[in-house]
Amino acid sequence: MSAKANILAKLRKSLEGTAPVADDYDVDLVTRPWSYPAAERISRLRQLMEAVHTETHLTTAADWPALLEKLLADKQLPSLLIAPSTAHGAQLAAHFAGREGLPRLKAYDRPVEEWKAELFDDTPASLTGTLGAIAATGSLILWPTREEPRLMSLVPPVHFALLKASEVYDNFHEVQQKQRWAAGMPTNALLVSGPSKTADIEQVLAYGAHGPKDLVVLILEDA
Amino acid sequence: MNSQARIPAVELSSRDLKHNAHNALGDAQLRGNMRKAMDSLMAKRLASMPDEYEREHLREMGNHVRARALSRLPELLERLEANLTRNGVKVHWAETTEEANRIVLEIAERHQAKQVIKGKSMVSEEMEMNHFLERHGIEALESDMGEYIIQLDHEKPTHIIMPAIHKNARQVADLFHDRLGEPYTEDVDALIQTGRRVLRKKFLEADIGVSGVNFAVAETGTLLLVENEGNGRMSTTVPPVHIAVTGIEKVVENLRDVVPLLSLLTRSALGQGITTYVNMISGPRKADELDGPQEVHLVLLDNGRSQAFADGELRQTLNCIRCGACMNHCPVYTRIGGQAYGTVYPGPIGKIISPHLMGLENTPDHPSASSLCGACGEVCPVKIPIPSLLRRLREENVKAPDDPHKVMRGQGSKYSPRERLLWKGWRLLNRSPWLYRVFGFFATRLRGLTPSNLGPWTQNHSAPKPAARSLHELAREHLEGK
Ligand code: SF4
Repeated sequence: MSAKANILAKLRKSLEGTAPVADDYDVDLVTRPWSYPAAERISRLRQLMEAVHTETHLTTAADWPALLEKLLADKQLPSLLIAPSTAHGAQLAAHFAGREGLPRLKAYDRPVEEWKAELFDDTPASLTGTLGAIAATGSLILWPTREEPRLMSLVPPVHFALLKASEVYDNFHEVQQKQRWAAGMPTNALLVSGPSKTADIEQVLAYGAHGPKDLVVLILEDA
Repeated sequence: MNSQARIPAVELSSRDLKHNAHNALGDAQLRGNMRKAMDSLMAKRLASMPDEYEREHLREMGNHVRARALSRLPELLERLEANLTRNGVKVHWAETTEEANRIVLEIAERHQAKQVIKGKSMVSEEMEMNHFLERHGIEALESDMGEYIIQLDHEKPTHIIMPAIHKNARQVADLFHDRLGEPYTEDVDALIQTGRRVLRKKFLEADIGVSGVNFAVAETGTLLLVENEGNGRMSTTVPPVHIAVTGIEKVVENLRDVVPLLSLLTRSALGQGITTYVNMISGPRKADELDGPQEVHLVLLDNGRSQAFADGELRQTLNCIRCGACMNHCPVYTRIGGQAYGTVYPGPIGKIISPHLMGLENTPDHPSASSLCGACGEVCPVKIPIPSLLRRLREENVKAPDDPHKVMRGQGSKYSPRERLLWKGWRLLNRSPWLYRVFGFFATRLRGLTPSNLGPWTQNHSAPKPAARSLHELAREHLEGK
């Protein structure tokens, strides 16, 4: 018999004559303590994210490219990885078009194998969208796509993320239900709640362990 | 031991728990490091769960979610496999660690892999995967900072969440200086940046990434991993092949089941409302995607778990979500550190799971290495009754070898005919009034002959001595005198 058949046979034998435990999942318990008035959602999200070293900025759907331009200059970032075929990627490209002296915009337009070394060694920052955020835990929701692949939010040391204020949910349970996650998950879905960190040495917190050292969230208040 | 001395990096055997514990107790540096870390972890946990109603009801719910999954485990494993397969993930089954290692090796050989980079995975520790791969000419490097540190020092993890918690910054500074030739610094940020630099290069080069799994969701065919560092994401995203290894008990029924478990896990473990990354992997890179592994494999390992599963009471051991809270609160673990146990899983959870994984014959003293203070059971987020399971294992441990009720491997490893005889005599004595009286008479009259050395008992206590007259006799005299 195969390992699978053996294991399943043993498990089945142990369960003979028993009934499955009933499903008494208590939705209230995972939602009620984690619900917020609409006006508080953003402030809670910002407070939690900033507590773990995330930078957050309030801006608008029209103004964020200019804000991002300023942040890139402040942080002296020479280039930015973007997804030009997304709406926000196109908006930023249009904002930068034809102007001199701005950081270079790079497109993630080839399979990673073709430019892995460059991605790791010469890509200081990136910009991605999000699928919203969770106020309860201060988390961004990311579902990488073909246009905006997985490594964009992981390898560059600075990650800028765009978040629409209208897409901040109360808690993880609510997001799963409202966005109907169980009906079809992407190859990779993520909750990101700050820049990479570790406390493995003497419990001293250090940021930038493997992933981004800086996470900057631009919150679009009118979107 | 002076405070500068390094903690011995040796292969400690699980059979020598008493001896190891004795040595560990003499290591002032270790005790200091552990005390400091555990105090802080306990405080953080409590601060993150201040509402007693929410905490206690959520623990109850966590217990129900896990119990429900186990009550239909075979069906859920099949559903998980079907959904993962539909998503393009290859699922493998292994009864033993040897089989699991073979599966990993076959995949590695098919890809002519030379370098494997590993995210944190306790199951891969169970498998001793690093050594196995290295024996076959494949470098296996740990990428979790704590795991990397102890791998550099040829040690085993001391804690399931914080593998290098027994070391302080000075010890890590020495290590990086000696092994990596880095300039000496005790600055934790600088030390982490050194680790980042070394490991980034490895992520780039590795042929295969290995990870564990925190929860495997049957409903959607999703492997969920939680971590703070990003090394787990790197290991599962950058190399062309990702192999996840997990125990068969990690499956949950639905995606929503993850919500209470995740909240319990991160708060119980580190006092964090959530970890930096919650990574949900449901398949390899699709044809039109630009990154992510081309192949994803899942190895489902039994390794003694189906044995624990067979007994309704011991099955509760498999509810564990590996948060480590029981260790952080255990007075024994805090004093001796994780390595003294000589097992992959130390502390209270180790004492109830290791006998199933390794047999009681290899963990004879583990069920007894507890004061039964109950702290582990009180903090366990999924309400595993650890103290009563320890008592149960103690019973299995002293069963006669010919006891027909065979529950687990190595059962009866502490069986002693002499002890059994003594208890039989004790029972007889207490059930027969005349024998009891005769015994009482001699015990009191010959009290001068009581030995003053009663082995371990008299190391810390004065030897018991019967009174000159038994209570029965005194009572009788008293009543007759009236
Ligand atoms: S036994 Fe309970 S407290 Fe201990 S690691 Fe497992 S889930 Fe956590």
